[in-house]
Amino acid sequence: MRYTPLEQVRSLYDVIVVGAGLGGLTCANRLAAAGHSVLLLEHHLQLGGLATWFKRGGHIFDVSLHGFPYGMLKTCKKYWGKAIRDAIVQLKSIVFDNPQFSLRTTFSKDDFIRILQERFGVCQETVSAFFATVDGMNFYDDQRQTTRELFDRFFPGRSDIHRLLMEPITYANGSTLDEPAITYGIVFSNFMNRGVYTFEGGTDRLINLMASELRAKGVDICTGAKVDRILVEKGTATGVAVKGRTIKARSVVANAGITNTIDQLVGRDQFPSDFLGRFGKVRVNNSSCQVYFGIRRGETIPDIGDLLFTSTAAAFSSEEMRRMDTGSRTFSLYYPKTRPQSPPDYTIVASMNADYDDWAGLDQAAYRTAKETMIARCFADLERYLPGIRNQVDTVESATPRTFHRYTLHTKGTSFGTKFEGLDISRSLHKEIGGLFHVGSVGIIMSGWLGAINYGVIVANDVDGYLRG
Amino acid sequence: MSRDEIKDVLLEIIADIDEEADFASLDADAPLRDQLDLDSMDFLDIVMELRKRYKLQIPEEEYPQLATLTSCVNYLVPKLQQA
Repeated sequence: MRYTPLEQVRSLYDVIVVGAGLGGLTCANRLAAAGHSVLLLEHHLQLGGLATWFKRGGHIFDVSLHGFPYGMLKTCKKYWGKAIRDAIVQLKSIVFDNPQFSLRTTFSKDDFIRILQERFGVCQETVSAFFATVDGMNFYDDQRQTTRELFDRFFPGRSDIHRLLMEPITYANGSTLDEPAITYGIVFSNFMNRGVYTFEGGTDRLINLMASELRAKGVDICTGAKVDRILVEKGTATGVAVKGRTIKARSVVANAGITNTIDQLVGRDQFPSDFLGRFGKVRVNNSSCQVYFGIRRGETIPDIGDLLFTSTAAAFSSEEMRRMDTGSRTFSLYYPKTRPQSPPDYTIVASMNADYDDWAGLDQAAYRTAKETMIARCFADLERYLPGIRNQVDTVESATPRTFHRYTLHTKGTSFGTKFEGLDISRSLHKEIGGLFHVGSVGIIMSGWLGAINYGVIVANDVDGYLRG
Repeated sequence: MSRDEIKDVLLEIIADIDEEADFASLDADAPLRDQLDLDSMDFLDIVMELRKRYKLQIPEEEYPQLATLTSCVNYLVPKLQQA
């Protein structure tokens, strides 16, 4: 899709949105719908942030399409329209395979209630009480209880159950057992509502539909437009400096990482020391590695499930899952049903959590070797589910925390924004600098496709209130 | 605006948000959230729509006053007198 050249945009807007992740796109869409003039600036050549895809060897690889919670149907219908909602379909076959258990599930509450009783021998009262507890969690509740304490309360000594409940969420948002139980409960409940969903037609179709929607509402979109600075005068955001140009705005929404926003786009010197004290405590989440496999055209692979949570580690450990030599990874299987309108294509994406610092310091040779080793491990694991897969793969590509950093610019290549404390910083930015807002993955609950879109709506409401105030 | 007019506007806004909303059996004094499957995002939509239509600013701490249809109307009557 072609966007507006930067030199053709106006000199003043009601809102400039810096960054076109799902949060920035949605915020822009809502504000345009409310009648404001909106400019959307994206440094990359493609919109979507981590909701992205790329082409290699004749295949289209989706980076984060599998999968999101049922809540996306309502959210997309309300904030993006029926065409997008109608393309959301369920992934019905979620597989767990590790030394403690192997099972297949729809990853929904009914199925988990059954599995916890039948496979793990938990009594019905305990299962019901656990679900009642997590379903009732709100983000403003007490944060002191950790997820570990929550699990120990209901399933003491059951590391197998802890793994079943935690592993998918750790892949989804990088959280650990030592974080507030509410961040676990809210995300887990979202998924348990009715299972895991995906977007039929692929990430490219979703983002193109969103871009069309934005342009229909008159939003100016520029890609390849890296904002150097958000301009602040007398404590109020007044616009942006981008590629040697100054564009004025009555408000600015940063859909960059919150750390990037404060450290690079605005600058710490614009904030008071008490705010910076709180900001200093914000921890960014971990990054990711991915290995992408394209199956030679014309060849097929059997249905082994849509999303596989696999591990050779003896027990769940979020630390083990971030190691370079982790034996824990998900496999997202993209069968031809992913893009029913296109010629049949099979791709497989292995995803792992990862620490940026493990990868950042490697020299070129060591980096290349580490990537090759990672690819070999993924191939070996994949062979257990698809024997002979090596001979069917014609394209292999890999991404590391460095890759995530390069395309998102996120501090330490974080794939899931910040830990819980980032939410307060994000929410209070406009109290420090008038007209400056942040939308993006913070605090775990505002993360993931659903969290990012909903947060875009929440922030759009703040911006609208400010502009009409 | 009269109480009835405000009520109609509210139901119209809610119908836009949730097209399956069934108003026939709606108890005006019971929480909307429980009866119509409205979540916190839906209430945000109502707030934003009221602001768009009537330039009405509803601070976050006053959101609880939007809990039932009757409490919504009570809250909005003085604010929409001139509307």
